[in-house]
Amino acid sequence: MAIRVQEAAFDLGAEVQDFATAQTQAGAVVNFTGIVRNTAAGDLDRMEIEHYPGMTESALTAIDAEATKRWVLKDSLIIHRYGILRPNEMIMMVATAAPHRVDAFEAAQYLMDYLKSRAPFWKKEFTTDGAEWVDAKDADEDALLKW
Amino acid sequence: MIDVLYFAWVRERIGLPKEQVETTAATVAELVSELKLREERYAAAFEDISALRVAVDQELCEFDAPLAGAREVAFFPPMTGG
Repeated sequence: MAIRVQEAAFDLGAEVQDFATAQTQAGAVVNFTGIVRNTAAGDLDRMEIEHYPGMTESALTAIDAEATKRWVLKDSLIIHRYGILRPNEMIMMVATAAPHRVDAFEAAQYLMDYLKSRAPFWKKEFTTDGAEWVDAKDADEDALLKW
Repeated sequence: MIDVLYFAWVRERIGLPKEQVETTAATVAELVSELKLREERYAAAFEDISALRVAVDQELCEFDAPLAGAREVAFFPPMTGG
């Protein structure tokens, strides 16, 4: 179980490779990667991600611990960046390892759903029109209800 | 003395990320009432608390949460990670 909150970019291929090859009791590894989505108009210059140092790590640790209680997880990895990110850059990733795929898939989705609405990150988009904080979506809050 | 932190547009509206506040407020809601009386920028930031979230000592809580023994209170909009 590892949680990293960092400004620097990460190497997705290397992270997933290292995660998968480190497993000794898993038969399934699932990875989700979030990237900076451009606007429909394609005019996104950058996204700035702010977070709450300290609370971010403790919130992610709590979410991870809950996932480990609910599913048979052998390992997990959460990486989330903050600072300035350009379109198409990787924002974050989660990886889960379980004996079987259902646990790995469901735990990854659970981690994502909770991370989106309960970990203290905020996104601000900068386009040619100016800057705007990204609003939380009702759908993201509703996603928690299924768990 | 309690550390009060602001994030995202709450930080921008109030104009600072963190300050120390001398307060006798028993709950988060009472602290908000005190802050709103300070200056227009606070009143604007806290105009609609249904649009805000709060954490006491880095744990999400409700606005009626007690402040007894609290070291740090943070106000911010709903989170948008991932």
